[in-house]
Amino acid sequence: MIAELFSATVLVGILASGIRLATPYLYAGIGETFGQRSGVLNLGVEGQMLIGAFFSFYISLVTGDLWLGLLAAVIAGAIMGLAMAFVTVNLQAEQGISGIGFYLFGLGLSDLLFQKLMGTVETVSGFSKVYIPFLSDIPVIGQIFFRQNILVYGAFALVPIGWFVLNKTTLGLKIRAVGENPEAADSLGVSVARVRYFTIILGGILSGVAGASLSIALLNVFQQNMTSGLGFIAVALVYFGGWRPWGILGGALLFSMVNSLQLWVQVLGIPIPSDIAVMMPYILTILALVVAVSRVRAPSALTKPFGRGE
Amino acid sequence: MQARLNALFDALLPVIATLAALAVGALVLLLLRVNPLEAYGALWEGAFGNRNALAETLVKATPLLLVGLGICIAFRGGVINIGGEGQMVVGALLGTLIGLNFNDWPGWIVVFLALVGGFIGGAIWGGIPGLLKAYFNVNEILSTIMMNAIAVQGMNFLLRGPMIDPAQMELASKIPQTARLIDAYRLPRLVPTRLHLGAGIAVLLAILVYILLWHTTLGYRIRAVGQNPHASRYAGIKVQRYVVLALFLSGAFAGLAGATQVFGVNYRMITDGSATGFTGSAGFNGIVAALFGQLHPVGTIPASILFGALLVGANKMQRVVQVPSALITALNGLVVIFVVSSSIWRQRRQRQRLRDIGTESELTSSVEINASSRKWEGDS
Repeated sequence: MIAELFSATVLVGILASGIRLATPYLYAGIGETFGQRSGVLNLGVEGQMLIGAFFSFYISLVTGDLWLGLLAAVIAGAIMGLAMAFVTVNLQAEQGISGIGFYLFGLGLSDLLFQKLMGTVETVSGFSKVYIPFLSDIPVIGQIFFRQNILVYGAFALVPIGWFVLNKTTLGLKIRAVGENPEAADSLGVSVARVRYFTIILGGILSGVAGASLSIALLNVFQQNMTSGLGFIAVALVYFGGWRPWGILGGALLFSMVNSLQLWVQVLGIPIPSDIAVMMPYILTILALVVAVSRVRAPSALTKPFGRGE
Repeated sequence: MQARLNALFDALLPVIATLAALAVGALVLLLLRVNPLEAYGALWEGAFGNRNALAETLVKATPLLLVGLGICIAFRGGVINIGGEGQMVVGALLGTLIGLNFNDWPGWIVVFLALVGGFIGGAIWGGIPGLLKAYFNVNEILSTIMMNAIAVQGMNFLLRGPMIDPAQMELASKIPQTARLIDAYRLPRLVPTRLHLGAGIAVLLAILVYILLWHTTLGYRIRAVGQNPHASRYAGIKVQRYVVLALFLSGAFAGLAGATQVFGVNYRMITDGSATGFTGSAGFNGIVAALFGQLHPVGTIPASILFGALLVGANKMQRVVQVPSALITALNGLVVIFVVSSSIWRQRRQRQRLRDIGTESELTSSVEINASSRKWEGDS
């Protein structure tokens, strides 16, 4: 049965679903990168994802329009981000713990709304696959990369965009300055608060889209706690990826491939207890953190609230 | 007079935070076309309405208090432990193994051993992130969350296979649960309700943790490391060791909470595939209770009762006005957000006080919640 894993069709299947499964990690991870590069640790990603997953699913279900659903996830994520920004920037609350508060809030609220407004698990037909002309016809590579849905393409496009914005634009420079030395940035006339508001709200939006990618593009259902730790793994990926979009791409692919392999192992009926197989990504996360942390330095002002010489 | 008013205000902050959370909850209820007064009335009735309700509240409060005590130790020590869920599960598994494998021993010895087993199980599960933080500088928030997921899968694996009730093996249903503990191996009940000795143990431990933290050298060092790791290092404290110890002890109390649930309430372990199925989210809600109790072990006692009441009342609320108890999870999240947000006012006044006495120096005694945010760097 192990041999089946290495047949061409299965390998292509594993790689193609691995690419697909990287989607939520990429949205949430890149969003979190912007926040952390500006000095804010957002641990509420998981909650924002759940809220985004619920609203995108519910609005899609009611209106039948997936794009409206996606918009709902964007708005819901932005509101969650706005609240997080107010709490961490204006009230200078401890970021880690308030993030856990936002997680619990998102977990509870999405569950509450799900039970109250839907009651049972329903399905939508999510974003369908878009075959890229010509490219999708290339054998193997076309099947793996170019027969995905629009949100998958969006996630991968976000990596170079994120890299470009962070490293090649004035905005990116401001973000990095605020994350490394807010006092200096402030004295040069950069509004630390405004930059952080921007990055945290952007992070909220991307987390919302990450949730939507699960509920209306990859799984096409909504269930209580359907993210099951994915948002936290995305935060860990930011450390693992060394706060760089390309690094996060690498980490996201590593995780999604392991996940995909784990799913296929179950599908093929290979006798590894499924509970043990499900454990793998989490163990991998811890190992990844051990490897990553010693390698790169975090933004200097990460988790430090900034008060203007009070 | 001013000082006393300030102290009163500080003590009331969590209460105000809770009221604010309830107000937001009322808004959500209104949007869902539920009368908030009716909902909260049912909540109160369900939590305190009669003797059984009150006992249930205390039963729910017990794991919150135990987990919360661990949280007090961790946060005072400058580390954030989000791994209560996993630590409860591992503690419960170890305790259950002891309970099921010791036969013909006097009941109280087995119960004692099982609780110690729970303590150790949780300690190991908390100690690992502690070691990773101290010696590899791994963010403990993330590692403890990952340890939660690993513990849950481990529990599912064990309860579906090696530890499954032999009786279930015979049946086609194969419910993933262990055999039931024999009657002699149960924590005694205090009054003719479900209230068990675990509640008493938890209160006793709250006092012991207070003594540990404020009246022993060990506790002093844990707090010193939490407040200022650099100064502690100059003072000759082995910072890494106390980081590990804080998470180790923190996990131990959560593990004890897990074992107490098995021996005091369920008398067996059963899984629905999630951690919540066993813990009832006590690993998370214990954090809420401890924050609400201002990270003071004794303050965590009434806080646990309050949140236990919310959980018990939520069931009644669900029955009477059909509001899912998930509302309480959301409200707990809001309480956490409001409590950590409100500490800014306390700090402002503290700064003001220092200015008044003429010391413009840096705040060394800033509120403990904030101490934990200070980045901790390992010895180089």
